[in-house]
Amino acid sequence: MALRIRAELVAALWEHAEREHPIEACGVITGPASEPLPTRHIPMENSAYSPTFYEFESKALLQLYRELDDRDETLAVIYHSHTSTEAYPSRTDIAYAGEPGAHYVLLSTREEIAPRSEFRSFRIIDGVVTEEPVEIIGD
Amino acid sequence: MNMSTGAIEVRIPTILRPYTGGEKVVVADGATLRELIADLGKKFNGLDERIMVDGALLKFINIYVNDEDVRFIGGLELALNPGDKVTILPAVAGGAKTSGAI
Repeated sequence: MALRIRAELVAALWEHAEREHPIEACGVITGPASEPLPTRHIPMENSAYSPTFYEFESKALLQLYRELDDRDETLAVIYHSHTSTEAYPSRTDIAYAGEPGAHYVLLSTREEIAPRSEFRSFRIIDGVVTEEPVEIIGD
Repeated sequence: MNMSTGAIEVRIPTILRPYTGGEKVVVADGATLRELIADLGKKFNGLDERIMVDGALLKFINIYVNDEDVRFIGGLELALNPGDKVTILPAVAGGAKTSGAI
């Protein structure tokens, strides 16, 4: 299954990743389960403030899930940046991946590559990583 | 003496619902969080092992009692009372780090 995502959201994720660099940026895109495309971008605080680790702050995580419940939305995309390595799930990413229904998006802001050139999406289910195509809608 | 605390409502995250037959909210019992998790394991085979291993909470899971992260209010020994609300969520974390323990 491909990730279908609006171009302005792709741009918003890059802006967030570039703003936080060299710290890893993280966040989600949510939307009503009934809608074909997720629309709500929520940048999250990386409570680890690390170039090699991210974690949603614990209270903010609870609030996020509660809000999703109240609004009947799903967690469509969970994203984070890798700031010195490729946009591919690390061992840590795989160990923590706890949302089998989400697209795990990784962006790389490492300096050896062209800006905004690595934006990839994966399913991570029971420790198995499957890359999926990214289909960008509109521009 | 193992006192019963009465029903405690526990919200189960999507990833653990296969253990509860798809139920989002279940009821369990325990005077402490540790006992509650053990009771969840009795009611739903294997569920406790996805939360606690070798007597410690897994770092992949966040547990809240009445909206407070249990890591900051007593962990597994936290005393529970009837009517407490427990929420289990997957920690959303990761990152490029590959060295050292995950």
